[in-house]
Amino acid sequence: MSTLVKNIIRFILFILVQVFVLDKIHLHQMVTPYLYFLFILWLPFNMSRTWQLLLAFVYGFTLDSFRHNPGFHAAACVLIAYIRPYLINLLIPQEGADENYEEPSIKSMGGFLPYFIYVAVLTIIHHGWLFLLEAWQFGNVWYFFAKTLLSTVISLLLIIITELLFVRKQKFRTNTV
Amino acid sequence: MRNIFLFIRRYFNLLFFLLLQGFCIYLIVHYNKYHNAVFSASANQLTGKVNEQYNKIEDYFHLKKTNDSLVKANEKLYNKLKADFQLPDTLSKAMVDTIKVDSLTQYRKYNYLQATVIENSVNTQSNFIVLSRGKAQQLKEGMGLVDVNNAVVGITTMVTDDYAVVMSLLHKDSHISGKLFKGGETGTLNWDGKTPNIISLTGIPKSAKVVKGDTIITSGFSTTFPRGMLIGFVTEVIPEKSTNNYLIKFKTAADFFSLQYVYAIDNSQQEAVNQLLEKAKQQAK
Repeated sequence: MSTLVKNIIRFILFILVQVFVLDKIHLHQMVTPYLYFLFILWLPFNMSRTWQLLLAFVYGFTLDSFRHNPGFHAAACVLIAYIRPYLINLLIPQEGADENYEEPSIKSMGGFLPYFIYVAVLTIIHHGWLFLLEAWQFGNVWYFFAKTLLSTVISLLLIIITELLFVRKQKFRTNTV
Repeated sequence: MRNIFLFIRRYFNLLFFLLLQGFCIYLIVHYNKYHNAVFSASANQLTGKVNEQYNKIEDYFHLKKTNDSLVKANEKLYNKLKADFQLPDTLSKAMVDTIKVDSLTQYRKYNYLQATVIENSVNTQSNFIVLSRGKAQQLKEGMGLVDVNNAVVGITTMVTDDYAVVMSLLHKDSHISGKLFKGGETGTLNWDGKTPNIISLTGIPKSAKVVKGDTIITSGFSTTFPRGMLIGFVTEVIPEKSTNNYLIKFKTAADFFSLQYVYAIDNSQQEAVNQLLEKAKQQAK
């Protein structure tokens, strides 16, 4: 399957799962299960930064239009799309691994730990920025911290389950073939 | 000049990022106001279609609950039938009719319009409900909404041809006036954005007698709701230290977790009252 088709299917599936499955679950007022931003974490390595930003904006805006609050998720998505390349550069192990593989995964990042750090950092940034924007009007610092932390834990749990359920086969690409 | 272009090319991604963030924050600040609650009619039409499809399936899982509440509502209505009441015999007493108006014709003030909820959220700080009924089916902006048991749900903020968006009581900008059923003191409803189904009522003076379990109803001071619609039941009474008022927490009578059907209340006198208010405001200027 080509990368374009795969990502279009992911775009639609992640939005539908977020809006019609995860948003219907009321765990606790402090916890909102978010999984949709995994789409941005899984974008291909070789995509240009400008396109990543634009796609993240469109993606966040799509979720916002389902929730009738324009701007919130778009802002958080654009932020993680901007930070993503820097984080990949920091965490990628050997020279050129981002050219041998298509997209970030446990295999292409060289082990569970770098991938987990990559996911965890972006999740905290996404949730932190989102809840900060939401709480702008009535600030309660401890409420904000607790909500960010608890939601991050749930999101990470969901991401791990997703990774275990849907194994992404990734071919090792070389120039020599 | 060349340096400016070089600068833009070098930092294009950062500038593009800042531009997008700025645009998002502009959207958040600008569109969160009451009337601009929904940003575009086209997005509303599109997401409305998707939600409607989903709702067709979801409805089946709530059928029993919906049925139960409808039976209860029916029971209430049966008990209000005129046939159940016996009128006192007025023929035995002679009275002079002084009213010049034909007292036999009745004027309808409120009309109830049924609508299906196709989307509803409770877990954000500003929640909206989407109905699959719109302008083409007589829905207007600023109509009050009640659930099947006449408990207040919200007010319509935006209406397209086939869909309407409702600002539910669980929205931090939603300020409907409420009244204590027993004492009659009026206050304003506020939601703090934390627990769904728990809302606070402010502006009730400490002289009022409030206890846990008291009923809160609509005041009837606005044109959106008739007087006496059920809003909720008091769960907690907190005296505010700095003012002479109580902060009353109450549980909503409408269950926002399982809304399936609602009624929009069409007030036929709304336009006339609003025109009068406009006139009064202009004269005051």
